[in-house]
Amino acid sequence: MDDSRPIFVQIAELIENDILAGTLPEESQVPSTNEFAAFHRINPATAGKGVNLLVDEGILYKRRGIGMFVATGARERLVSKRREQFQTQYVRPLVTEAAKLGISGAALVDMIREENDA
Amino acid sequence: MTAVVEARGLTKRYKNVTAVDHVDLTIEENTIYGLLGRNGAGKTTLMQLLTGQEFAGSGSIRVFGEDPVENARVLSRISFIKESQKYPEDFTARHVLRSAPWFFPEWDAEFADRLVADFRLPLKTRIKKLSRGQLSAIGVITGLASRAPLTFFDEPYLGLDAVARQIFYDRLLEDYAEHPRTVVLSTHLIDEVGDLLEHVIVIDDGAIVIDQDAESLRGSASTIAGTAAAVDAFTAGREVLHSERLGGLATATVGRLSAAERAEASAAGLEVGPVSLQQLVVRTTAGSVPAATSADASTSFDKEQSA
Repeated sequence: MDDSRPIFVQIAELIENDILAGTLPEESQVPSTNEFAAFHRINPATAGKGVNLLVDEGILYKRRGIGMFVATGARERLVSKRREQFQTQYVRPLVTEAAKLGISGAALVDMIREENDA
Repeated sequence: MTAVVEARGLTKRYKNVTAVDHVDLTIEENTIYGLLGRNGAGKTTLMQLLTGQEFAGSGSIRVFGEDPVENARVLSRISFIKESQKYPEDFTARHVLRSAPWFFPEWDAEFADRLVADFRLPLKTRIKKLSRGQLSAIGVITGLASRAPLTFFDEPYLGLDAVARQIFYDRLLEDYAEHPRTVVLSTHLIDEVGDLLEHVIVIDDGAIVIDQDAESLRGSASTIAGTAAAVDAFTAGREVLHSERLGGLATATVGRLSAAERAEASAAGLEVGPVSLQQLVVRTTAGSVPAATSADASTSFDKEQSA
């Protein structure tokens, strides 16, 4: 865990990443709060807060007495959420850094095209 | 939440030192607390008062709703692991583990055996022949296996190596998850235990200066770094907890920043970084330390940059 954001937010993002990558398919069971806590060496209450964040967003749902599961349609919703954040989280810092180094817009576009074709 | 400990106006004086000064404190059940502070801040005295091992000068203490002093009902539910626990002459670790169930009704002998194997603790060697780390391991094993509803660890790991400390943290978390209880961890190794804590209490000069949820405390400060002019412009009108300068560069520790404020800082060419729990505690309790010379300031600046 890094320090920059609350740990429970980071836990929620790690679960989101596993859903996006397909490691946690829809309708599969996610590890328990205590398992997350032990694995990441964090307080179980903090891990629970991260899981509950995703329950509130409808990404995970609880089956009474069994555990937490990935909701149907969760992946699609995460993709659209992450796409909305893509510009501010990735493109904007990229453009800022390019400007700092004197890389022109056209040169930046060329670089992206080159990476994309590679 | 139910309060396990309630202290009001708790004060303890030794001759001319006020070790604990009008402390109001509530400790909730089934939570892991960090009790942090500098040497001599009053941590151990506070724990001795809460466990009935010292008499309060004034103020009230309720533990499980009762006065803890010489109260077997309360004391049987408390495990207090001290840095300098003394054992009878000629005792071996086996003697300690055999006698522990007399004091702790929740004692789990099987769990204790597993911990003995984890820590590679020799059971037949006389305790006075054990190393400092092995002596600490006896305390840690006793504290964990006692499963007391209220467990205090006062600097439990003097001499324990990094592997053994990690075993302690892992076993504590695992067992806490299965058998929730209240744990108070007093330590100087704040960065090591930071993520384990749910609530942080910082004591300085006998008084409580921070009593806050660990998660909200963690986000309560940020470091910004950049040219002195940009830092000054950004910090104008803000509370600055700490600042350092090196030539034309500066860093400043400021309070909680919103996403918009972070964006504003980055737009002004400033680096925004986190402040660890340890740095936060250092900055809250370092008040009496004389101001660093400029040479010192530049070294710590370098350290922060590379951190």
